[in-house]
Amino acid sequence: RCASSASSGVAKIDKVLIANRGEIACRVMHTARKMGIQTVAVYSDADKNSMHVALADEAYNIGPAAASQSYLRQDHIMNVAKQSGAQAIHPGYGFLSENTEFAELCEKEGVIFIGPPASAIRDMGIKSTSKTIMSAAGVPVIEGYHGEDQSVERLKKEAAAIGYPVMIKAVRGGGGKGMRIAMTEADFEAQLESAKMEGMKSFGDQVMLLEKFVVRPRHVEVQVFGDRHDNYVYLFERDCSVQRRHQKIIEEAPAPGLTEEVRRSIGEAAVKAARAVKYVGAGTVEFIMDADQKFYFMEMNTRLQVEHPVTEMITKTDLVEWQIRVAGGEQLPRKQEDIKFHGHAFEARIYAEDPSNAFMPGAGPLLHLSTPVPSGTVRIETGVRQGDEVSVHYDPMIAKLVVWGEDRESALRRTLSALKDYKVVGLNTNLQFLIDLASHPEFQASNVHTDFIPEHSEALFPSRQISSIALCQAAVAMLYLQRQQVQDDCLLTNDPFSPFSHCSSARVNETPSQFITLMDGDKEATVEAQRQRDGRYLMIVNGGSEMIVESTFTTEDDIIHVRCNINGVISTASVIIQDNALHLFSLEGSGTLTLPIPAYMQSTSGSGSLDDPVAPMPGVVERILVSEGASVEQGEPLVVMIAMKMEYVIRAPRAGVVGKVMFKEGDTVSKGTALVHFTEEEKTEGAEAK
Amino acid sequence: SCRLLHFNSARFCGVRQFHKDEVAPIGTPVEKDSAEYKEKYERMEKLVTELKTTVSGILQGGGAKARERQTSRKKMLPRDRINTLLDPQSPFLELSQLAGYQLYGKEEVPAGGIITGIGRVSGVECMIVANDPTVKAGTYYPITVKKHLRAQEIAQENHLPCIYLVDSGGANLPRQADVFPDRDHFGRIFFNQANMSSLGIPQVAVVLGSCTAGGAYIPAMADESIIVRKQGTIFLGGPPLVKAATGEEVSSEDLGGADLHCGQSGVTDYYAKDDAHALHLARRVVKNLNRIKDPGVNLETPEEPLFDADEMYGIVGDNLKKTFDVREVIARVVDGSRFDEFKAMYGETLITGFARLWGYPVGIIGNNGVLFSESAMKGTHFIELCSQRGIPLIFLQNITGFMVGREAEAGGIAKHGAKMVTAVACAKVPKLTLIIGGSYGAGNYGMCGRAYGPRFMYMWPNSRISVMGGEQAANVLAQIQRDQRAREGKEWTDAEEAALKDPVIMKYEQEGHPYFSSARLWDDGVIDPVDTRTVLGLSLSAALNAPRQQTRFGVFRM
Repeated sequence: RCASSASSGVAKIDKVLIANRGEIACRVMHTARKMGIQTVAVYSDADKNSMHVALADEAYNIGPAAASQSYLRQDHIMNVAKQSGAQAIHPGYGFLSENTEFAELCEKEGVIFIGPPASAIRDMGIKSTSKTIMSAAGVPVIEGYHGEDQSVERLKKEAAAIGYPVMIKAVRGGGGKGMRIAMTEADFEAQLESAKMEGMKSFGDQVMLLEKFVVRPRHVEVQVFGDRHDNYVYLFERDCSVQRRHQKIIEEAPAPGLTEEVRRSIGEAAVKAARAVKYVGAGTVEFIMDADQKFYFMEMNTRLQVEHPVTEMITKTDLVEWQIRVAGGEQLPRKQEDIKFHGHAFEARIYAEDPSNAFMPGAGPLLHLSTPVPSGTVRIETGVRQGDEVSVHYDPMIAKLVVWGEDRESALRRTLSALKDYKVVGLNTNLQFLIDLASHPEFQASNVHTDFIPEHSEALFPSRQISSIALCQAAVAMLYLQRQQVQDDCLLTNDPFSPFSHCSSARVNETPSQFITLMDGDKEATVEAQRQRDGRYLMIVNGGSEMIVESTFTTEDDIIHVRCNINGVISTASVIIQDNALHLFSLEGSGTLTLPIPAYMQSTSGSGSLDDPVAPMPGVVERILVSEGASVEQGEPLVVMIAMKMEYVIRAPRAGVVGKVMFKEGDTVSKGTALVHFTEEEKTEGAEAK
Repeated sequence: SCRLLHFNSARFCGVRQFHKDEVAPIGTPVEKDSAEYKEKYERMEKLVTELKTTVSGILQGGGAKARERQTSRKKMLPRDRINTLLDPQSPFLELSQLAGYQLYGKEEVPAGGIITGIGRVSGVECMIVANDPTVKAGTYYPITVKKHLRAQEIAQENHLPCIYLVDSGGANLPRQADVFPDRDHFGRIFFNQANMSSLGIPQVAVVLGSCTAGGAYIPAMADESIIVRKQGTIFLGGPPLVKAATGEEVSSEDLGGADLHCGQSGVTDYYAKDDAHALHLARRVVKNLNRIKDPGVNLETPEEPLFDADEMYGIVGDNLKKTFDVREVIARVVDGSRFDEFKAMYGETLITGFARLWGYPVGIIGNNGVLFSESAMKGTHFIELCSQRGIPLIFLQNITGFMVGREAEAGGIAKHGAKMVTAVACAKVPKLTLIIGGSYGAGNYGMCGRAYGPRFMYMWPNSRISVMGGEQAANVLAQIQRDQRAREGKEWTDAEEAALKDPVIMKYEQEGHPYFSSARLWDDGVIDPVDTRTVLGLSLSAALNAPRQQTRFGVFRM
């Protein structure tokens, strides 16, 4: 082990430990493998069958599922590095990537930390310090208060001086955590309190800074790189304006609409920032940009960003390779004048979440997963495969879809088409939302800013009603599946050819008719399918429109590809039916219909009744606020859950008496599980009869 | 309506790749443009349209009001019950839709007030017997009893589990004399239940409405029974009878509801919350029967016939006096239109041969004219072959009778005909009969008419059934009359003769009509010729649930 003081000379890296999981761990491993470097994975108990473990040359268990006991355990990770003989650690993003102590530990132990020096992390990690440094270095910064006096009075005074609206931000915060906006003075104290609480929970620190809040700003960031030889370059900017819950969802490079002058000056400002902290490796300098393309330094992220692939696509670079080479002491592979950009790239982040329910993160099994075909212009960065589980313990990102095109228009067109080829079943995803977002005329016109989603919420959250065509496609696929089932089953019997298996729904002197009932959300949709003698169906949708449907099918694993001729118009769709859900993917977009469960099945499926409060998402029970036998009013808080590091209060859906609390604090619960069981009220005869 | 998907033929019967296994298909392409074909086609099509129109009315049961009353109580209509009970996309071979048609004067009893048929439940072919409460409150008319008993007979002969969807007011009291006392009356239902149960043919009752008095025995005699709460009731005497008898006042529910029978009396075994739940439970009951169907015959991969079924319209038409070659019918029914004809050059008025129907082997006997001694002996020989080998028999009846006249009698037509009748009567292989034209006289016997116990018997809408043709009967009667007048020396005018013959002809026409026959359950249904392959196939499949039986023939007079 001889990697100490690598600043002079080139250190040998032939084995790297990736202190991360999911797609970024896989991403790093791909490059390492390409470079002939062996890879070491670490994994928690929850991850033992994960993709990143399968991909690595060796893998070591580092503890239980909770990140605090595994991926954040510096000692465990360091032990693995020693044990495996890895000369370097790539921290990925998140977890220990911006942890000063860990960077210092690596230095102490003589292991190369693939990232900037600890000092740079520290300086940039504290927002107030970073701004002071940047301001001194001549990088434009936004007005704010970064003082040590954290009294409410002082903060309030400073806020008034900056002028509302004001952003309250945890000094050690990031990723939107511990951040609140006070629109008016009246609002201030409540928002401050809330930000402090979240800061405490997330970072164990509640020191806040205040900043001028720019209305409808754009979020533009610059990819910078430095080496140990005082070379600094920028690899152009990315626009990450469109965000939900202050988290990025779709990013692009370059930022649309920038003049060449602004592009150069923002790049140079970023390099200035990097130079100011003697930055080494990959870093991102984030700016707020107003409508006049004036930009202000916001913060510097001292790691590889999630969205780095868009930069790679337009600059034809491999930033992870750069990171490893720079960490080994090499010079930057390219000089500024050799870095050019070509075309345009988008990254869409596919999350397990429910956009229609405040982007509530989800978890669960990926029962079906099929992706667009990867190519030179389409990259899929993922850490999960079909059959894997999106765990409650970690980030619910399923994949990043990265698409390149000759210009923004073609890149966006390809992105949309690729999104439509993405099929995920088993949990809610934001795929349809991403499609709606990328199809929005304002997005297409590059009119992006950080308030894009709330501003266009009406168009982005349309009350979607499934079309008659789609219903016919769904119905015809269901009928096909039923028929297949019967025919597959009969092959296992002694009587495989009986017309009872092969004369679908045959009736004597009667046109066979089947009713297919599907739930489109709360709405019931019914298709009456009358089988004609020629095998076509006459479908009557919701008792109204009549369609003549002729179809052919091809199947691929669990997917049924349907090609329908409906009243003379030929269309295609893909259908996946799993349990009680029918997932339809067509040109109209994707949708899920559920098959109604008969009442007698519902009552036997659990002890809960329909109106018992349930977990809105998978997570951990944090606190229980009621005891058994308590009478509660409608809306009264019952249970506090923590999921995806966020707090959710589960309230009484109706007034009643708590019969049984189903869990205890610390229990993990899955989505839809009844948390509290209300005692059954004796219903009156009359009420039941109706 | 049946489209066959791809089978892995190699898996079941070996790859057929040798020419020596090939059979030249029978049948000839029709001349669709010929005037005769067109006319026949249109006439048969008209009969089929009539049939479907008539049946579609019958499918509505007791009419809009009664249906509304049923659904407003959150009870399912009987046909919806059956559809819910059946496996998804299971066929339903409904029997005797025309039962009771124009049978009781002005009183209509659609489908005889009871729906019977065979369908798959949990993968098992079952006989389903469902009361229609929208028809006369589901009470048993004489025809209802007959249809119920016929369904049980079919179930017993073919070893089909019975599922009774009970929702009936019991015997129709004004008609008690035709419903209660005789051997084949109401009591026979329970006799059959007991005996089928003893034979290992499961009896399952689903109580979806009332089961009063005798009706109470349906669930009580069943192997397993299910009842719907606050809907199904079972009691020997209803509340009015109880009050009259003992003065006790009690509600229906307390007297015989689901809570009582599942909780206290033990009359029923499963407690259902509603119709859908009850039918679900019935499916579970069938799932647990542990039945394995062994068709007991060798199988081949089925093939569709080479010709379109609807061509039979234009081949057959509606005029029984116009002959057609029964091979053209066979060619449009059997697998691949393949037919290994037996004794093709002997006794040519009877066509016999082997074919496959839905992969099952069948022996087919069809008429191409009046039966002569040779034809009868050929038929006997063929029935012996099939009985020996366990090959099911299909009779395609279009027969005016056995040959008459001195020559025929001298040739022993009576004893040769008797051979065939003996063979048909004794053959224990499944027999299916379809009347595709006339069914007259002893021809009906030799060709396995109702009396000869075919497992299933159907009629095409163009067919007729009677002891002889109407005109023939009129002529016979007229001849007798004429002879009598002659003996008495009286004159008999043409007008007098017409006055005698016309009503006879009319009466035969009416009584020989398939609707008249089906209304009285002389057959199991009138079917569209196009559905022949499906209906015979389903019937055959059902018949092959019964274990193979050995045939022992009676004395063949030589």
